Amino acid sequence: MSGATRRRGLGWFLRALLREDAYERYLEHEAAHGRRPGDPGVLSERAFWRDRTDRQDREPQGRCC
Amino acid sequence: MAGRGQRGAGGGAEAVLEQDPDLPPVALDAAAVEAEHRRWTPLRIAVWAAVALLGGVAWVVIAVVRGETVNAIWFVFAAVCTYLIAYRFYSRYIEKHVLRPDDRRATPAEYDADGKDFVTTDRRVLFGHHFAAIAGAGPLVGPVLAAQMGYLPGTIWIIVGVVLAGAVQDYLVLFFSMRRGGRSLGQMARDELGVVGGTAALLATLVIMVIIVAILALVVVNALAESPWGVFSVAMTIPIALFMGVYLRFLRPGKVAEVSVIGFVLLLAAIVGGGVIAETSWGAEIFTLDRTTIAWGIVVYGFVAAVLPVWLLLAPRDYLSTFMKIGTIVMLAVAIVVVRPVLEVPAISEFAGTGTGPVVAGSLFPFLFVTIACGALSGFHALIASGTTPKLVEKERQTRLIGYGGMLMESFVAIMALVAALSIDRGIYFAMNSSAAATGGTVEGAVAFVNGLGLTGVDLTPEMLTQTAEDVGEETIVSRTGGAPTLSVGLAHIMQQVVGGSGMMAFWYHFAIMFEALFILTAVDAGTRVARFMLQDSIGNVVPRFRDTSWRLGAWIATGVMVGAWGAVLLMGVTDPLGGINTLFPLFGIANQLLAAIALAVCMAIVAKQGAARYLWVVLLPLGFAAAVTITASFQKIFSPVPAVGYFAQHRAFRDALDAGETSFGTATSVEAMQAVVRNTMIQGVLSVVFVTLAIVVILTAAWATYRSLRSGGAPSAELPPTPSRIFAPAGFLPTPPEKELEAAWRAYEAEHPRPRPHVRSHG
Repeated sequence: MSGATRRRGLGWFLRALLREDAYERYLEHEAAHGRRPGDPGVLSERAFWRDRTDRQDREPQGRCC
Repeated sequence: MAGRGQRGAGGGAEAVLEQDPDLPPVALDAAAVEAEHRRWTPLRIAVWAAVALLGGVAWVVIAVVRGETVNAIWFVFAAVCTYLIAYRFYSRYIEKHVLRPDDRRATPAEYDADGKDFVTTDRRVLFGHHFAAIAGAGPLVGPVLAAQMGYLPGTIWIIVGVVLAGAVQDYLVLFFSMRRGGRSLGQMARDELGVVGGTAALLATLVIMVIIVAILALVVVNALAESPWGVFSVAMTIPIALFMGVYLRFLRPGKVAEVSVIGFVLLLAAIVGGGVIAETSWGAEIFTLDRTTIAWGIVVYGFVAAVLPVWLLLAPRDYLSTFMKIGTIVMLAVAIVVVRPVLEVPAISEFAGTGTGPVVAGSLFPFLFVTIACGALSGFHALIASGTTPKLVEKERQTRLIGYGGMLMESFVAIMALVAALSIDRGIYFAMNSSAAATGGTVEGAVAFVNGLGLTGVDLTPEMLTQTAEDVGEETIVSRTGGAPTLSVGLAHIMQQVVGGSGMMAFWYHFAIMFEALFILTAVDAGTRVARFMLQDSIGNVVPRFRDTSWRLGAWIATGVMVGAWGAVLLMGVTDPLGGINTLFPLFGIANQLLAAIALAVCMAIVAKQGAARYLWVVLLPLGFAAAVTITASFQKIFSPVPAVGYFAQHRAFRDALDAGETSFGTATSVEAMQAVVRNTMIQGVLSVVFVTLAIVVILTAAWATYRSLRSGGAPSAELPPTPSRIFAPAGFLPTPPEKELEAAWRAYEAEHPRPRPHVRSHG
């Protein structure tokens, strides 16, 4: 329960269901370790989403039948 | 509490899990949780009594009352009430005695947090993710094919099977993987069963993956053959996905909801456009393709899709199918409740006992239980439950909601598919699902064949078939095997009563076809990728270079091998003179259930190592059943002297006919067709032998590991040592009163100790 963003309501739920909040969650994680956007090692939004799909190239996950 | 101290790696946990005194409690007191569960207020008693009563009445209506018809709403009541009771009592029993989650322990998402793969995720959101990952075309197809035995056997197996087997497997695998840092099923098998069991499990998974991808692809081929509308609209999903991929990569990264809405609108346009184009003479000419052409198309697609980067095709397809999946399932559930279709189908049909049904060959036991795999017990889920989900779980006790509860949802989807398929006329059902070898592929042939089956209450006329085909905008609906077209007709039949009337049936039919094809093509792409990695890893033992998954040539070779393998099975099914689905679908179910047996065998070994011998039956029950079903089914497929059931019996029959110089035999009308049967049955038979051998090896090694653990009263498993948690979240969908109090305490604490916040730009 980090509570950094408001975690309730249908809008939040649908966004989270589509994983649109992934970058915000990533920034929260970085912030918890004292790193802020723009710091070295913290991915920009564009770079984060690229990295997200590129990692799936290296570690594929099955989809169910 | 006896025996607690000797439980595996949990021993010594007490000292390690000393909670940080500065934090509010990270877990509810175990005694308080227990007290809350046992607090039977009059209101609770009344609610549960009402649930039990309604469920009981519904089961009586379905199973005992023998009227001419039965209303579909009773299936919904029977299913939902049974799920509620099972979730409240049985899953809780498993939690309390077998798994013993401890919210004082941090989950991998907490202790390995990286903001990317390991992220604590709200339980309700993760429930949705997990459900979207496990539910695909399987629960929509199997129940349709099993409907030939009547509605009752399938309904009982879907509901009882999920409660005692499918949901148990998913819950256990998810929990054990979470306790092992999110390890995969293959890694857990190796850890717990040793090299022999682990290798057999890995090989079995690889072969099973090939079969599952091939047969799912066969379902798509059968749905799209000779259907210009379907081919056009499904083909359009490729440019739509490419557009979405480029949009997300270069134009507006991260705008997932936005691009999903755009994609969905384009998808609807493709469905409507398909209807227009199929009407034109050039459209019909270009997009009317025969089964072999479509099969080759899917093979080429599968290869290209699996070597293209994920962002271009797979990721956007995933977004689309999640969107479609959740939307359509909610829509169908609402429609069934609103329309309440009346089913005119016998509870147990003539084919349940004889095993001579034209849809899938074989008697009720074991073949009902392999025909309906997904929805009741699906081994494939073990791969998902040991994949992404365990890395996202926030608190240990939430695994019951996500693992057990998620599978109950999938079972409900299967029930709805069964209801939708049963709501169409029984004569039409058999005309659609009997192979072209039986019907000749013509309306007259189908009418003669179906009426000749001697089914009570079935009186099929040619007009019924041509009218239905016209309603759904297809040239013909005869011998559209594979389940997807039947479900689509059923869904169109129900949906047009809610939205659009009979004029919209064609739209709804193609909407449903698109919906299923989308899942299946995603599963084909992802399955090929996963199989390719497994293959590269295996070859890497001999040729180390193959381990390097970024090596292009190696990736292409491995992809080519995997696509070649499932492509060969697919083409075999497409060109099979015996019909394809009716001979191959059992192989799909057997493969899936064998995977379940493997997963459950691994779970059994772990439970035994933890010393919970008294409760081992929770695993033994589904494992014993899955093993009995799949081994019996495999043995029948291998040894049965009945040609329709036994692959080798069929093989011998056709070979003898060839030797005798005959030029046609059974449904094969040429020497080439007869040779094809001889070849296909040999391949299918050998595959059955390979499956069952590997599964038996895994089960035996697991039984050995279990026996040794039981004798020594427990053994160390590969569970990771505990790490204390520093967060709190409720376990169930809704927080209980004590959980609400704790949440309030945490909010107060966080207000006093603000965390460093990221400066997130506000999103317009």
